[in-house]
Amino acid sequence: MIGSPYTLGGNTTSAIMLKVMLALLPGIGAHAWLFGPGIWVSLLLCSFFAIGFEALLLMMRGLPMKPFLSDNSALLTAWLLALSLPTLAPWWLYAIGMLFAIVVAKQLYGGLGQNLFNPAMVGYAVLIISFPVYMTQWVAPLSLADHALTLADAFDVVFAGQGSISPDAYTSATVLDTWKTQTRLQTPVESILAQPVFASSGQAIVAAMYLLGGLFLLWSRLITWHIPLAFLAGVAVSAGLLHLLDPTQHASPLLHLFSGGVMLGAFFIATDPVTAASTPRGKLIYAGLAGILVAIIRAFGGYPDGVAFAVLLMNVCVPFIDSYTQPRVFGHKIKQGSDKP
Amino acid sequence: MSRTLFTFNGGVHPDGHKTESNGTPIRAMPLLSRYVVPMRQHIGAPARPVVAVGDAVLRGQTLGAAEGYVSTAVHAPTSGRVIAIEPCAAPHPSGLFDLAVVIEADGLDQSIAFEPLDWRALDPSALRNRIREMGLAGLGGAVFPSYIKLNPGAQKIHTLILNGAECEPWITCDDRLMRERAPELVRGIEIMRHALGSATILIGIEDNKPEALAAMRAAAPSDMEVVAIPTLYPGGGGKQLTYTLTGVETPTGGRSTDVGIQVFNVGTAYSLYRAVELGEPLISRIVTITGHVSNPGNFEVRVGTPLSDLVTAAGGMLPGASGEIVGGPMMGFDLMDSAAPVTKAVNCLIIKNSKLFPGKPIELPCIRCGACAKACPADLQPFEMYWYSRAKNFGRAQSYNLFDCIECGCCAYVCPSHIPLVDYFRFAKSEIWEREREKSGADQARIRHDFKTFRLEREKREKAEKFAKAAEKTKAAASNPSEASAAVDPDAEKKKAILQAALERAQKAKESVAPRNTEDLPPRVQREIDEIEARRAAVETKTESTE
Ligand code: SF4
Ligand code: SF4
Repeated sequence: MIGSPYTLGGNTTSAIMLKVMLALLPGIGAHAWLFGPGIWVSLLLCSFFAIGFEALLLMMRGLPMKPFLSDNSALLTAWLLALSLPTLAPWWLYAIGMLFAIVVAKQLYGGLGQNLFNPAMVGYAVLIISFPVYMTQWVAPLSLADHALTLADAFDVVFAGQGSISPDAYTSATVLDTWKTQTRLQTPVESILAQPVFASSGQAIVAAMYLLGGLFLLWSRLITWHIPLAFLAGVAVSAGLLHLLDPTQHASPLLHLFSGGVMLGAFFIATDPVTAASTPRGKLIYAGLAGILVAIIRAFGGYPDGVAFAVLLMNVCVPFIDSYTQPRVFGHKIKQGSDKP
Repeated sequence: MSRTLFTFNGGVHPDGHKTESNGTPIRAMPLLSRYVVPMRQHIGAPARPVVAVGDAVLRGQTLGAAEGYVSTAVHAPTSGRVIAIEPCAAPHPSGLFDLAVVIEADGLDQSIAFEPLDWRALDPSALRNRIREMGLAGLGGAVFPSYIKLNPGAQKIHTLILNGAECEPWITCDDRLMRERAPELVRGIEIMRHALGSATILIGIEDNKPEALAAMRAAAPSDMEVVAIPTLYPGGGGKQLTYTLTGVETPTGGRSTDVGIQVFNVGTAYSLYRAVELGEPLISRIVTITGHVSNPGNFEVRVGTPLSDLVTAAGGMLPGASGEIVGGPMMGFDLMDSAAPVTKAVNCLIIKNSKLFPGKPIELPCIRCGACAKACPADLQPFEMYWYSRAKNFGRAQSYNLFDCIECGCCAYVCPSHIPLVDYFRFAKSEIWEREREKSGADQARIRHDFKTFRLEREKREKAEKFAKAAEKTKAAASNPSEASAAVDPDAEKKKAILQAALERAQKAKESVAPRNTEDLPPRVQREIDEIEARRAAVETKTESTE
């Protein structure tokens, strides 16, 4: 039986995904502007593999192609992974990342809406565990690179390996990498911050653009404020505390907020509705804890960034968080849970 | 207005589509040759036919008398002859037939002598009895017998709310009624006030009806407050309107009367005026016909008018019509059979076409976006209820307060994956009821079985006692005291105790499984329950008498 309502509001899943991708554009644009055209190659490749894997799995599961492919969810996952990975990595790295994101984390869990873990972050985690070296070769800001790659160069590098150009000519460590290695070497903070990668502020500008896109998502009511705010607050407060305790080992909260995956994570990754907590209070707990985990992993973990692991860890807790934070229902005065059998 | 309004969470803004039908005055329907008057036009027990085939009837004559407490009478819409009393198509989502009295009109439209009541002189209880005989039921769609709602009981009803919100798109019958017949309507409200003794009277009207607001303000005395409320679906839901106007939440599983508030639809107030001041039973109501029809508008329609005749009166469907909705697009249902008549519950008929009501897009998986939860006026988590309803895990669905769902459709309206959420909820609710019924059926059977065993035991024991006594007599003759009867008794006592415990257990189990929030059931579910209850009662009396 298909009953009322007979009229619908016109929301569609594909439009929502598309809007989120639209909100990523300022960040992508800034990235291309500051780090060169390599980002287009990784976006393109990830999208290609995402659609390919999605189509293949839909076929194998005997599901209709058109409605599921056009929901744009695979594309969004592809973009989020591409933006989390170093650009100009070998093509198979993207392929493996998308394989784990789409096939394992999403389709094998039952497809859109059924997955427990954020697909893009699963792809990222698999790659950083399996291929840590490639994952640290980030493209240097154009202002610092000895050699600015063209789009054709970028394709060359991705498909043919390093070829004629040495990676040293166009890659550099990220802000977080540098901080981590240098503090371990007991380098004084002033000289760490004097390094060119801190001066270029390329990453911070990209992060600011993600923030801008995130504000657009808030404004268009695709997300609520709970997750981004709690996530950023979690990072800032715990990074701030650590910084107060030992400024020689722990960077300032501002540096944490505007480096690595924090902005992207706060607005685009932790907010993935499928894998995030869904109640207002649950969102605060989920994202706040994820933010704290990010700061802790960055400070004490083996990897420079912690967004992926923090999000994945909190994904596991979501069913639990949700069931304990059910909002009060209209007309119910007493809290839920008092009417247990 | 000085009154502070409260805003309930959620709600949606569907296109109003009011102008299609609210621009023209209420029209009268021509007299038809045939009327089909169902006996079930209200929540509760259907009326019991009190006429026979072949009887001549007059307009306003009782065709069916109220049967039991939750029931009300049904009357003849015109004069003529009863040509059949049989199951007929009814405006019901199930498409099931209902017992109806079919009248062949004689064209004279003669009425019984209507007796106006001097209600101010009448005590409220006598007034209520009259109202029951007049067949009044809530005309907002819930059709709960009005005489019950006019009984304040032990609870003091300090506030009486009149619902003129008409929040469903397309429907304009209350709008036109308030514009055209405000003074009479207000007199109906006076009668309600007399019966309930309420101090505060609030008339809530959505602010997309400025003409109705003006007309009601002009007609209402200074001690009734006409309040413009924001246009937000489902602002006209009883609980939502109560909250908007008073800030009071109707407790779950309860009624607004628990907090001293009673809510009536404005159409009911108008019919009450006709019933009491003119003595005319409820034999007509205002119905909106709109959508893909040549001459949309509002008609004063006699109860029993086949819907197909209503369509004809509105100039007929336009080419390309693709179906009919009874009620509004948010909570109405597809009409299965256009021979079904207008009943007291029918407020609107919408003719569909594929442009106004395109087919439903295909259903995609839930992405837990939470849009449904944000739109839900009951503050539920529809996607969780959906998840468990779909998995047929009804216990969990219920623990997410499924029965607080008012089936308003806001969640399905906003769902980007086009999941027919409300269908899942209706399904889950009916399954739960089905299971409750089976369970209580089994409980009944067990109790009966236990009782039978108990009775057999008792008979056995009595026989044994008789034997024992006889034996005693013989033995007494031999002056040899026996322990035989003492041996029987403790055993029987133990059995009796076990049985008693079993009965208590069954009773307790029944109480604990009794679902909560039964007040929130939509009419169709309520109807089912009533049916079930009636059938069960019948079965029980039968078994009892045969045993
Ligand atoms: S609106 Fe639809 S897709 Fe979104 S959470 Fe609710 S049911 Fe799921
Ligand atoms: S139909 Fe039920 S769950 Fe959906 S919005 Fe209305 S009350 Fe909430």
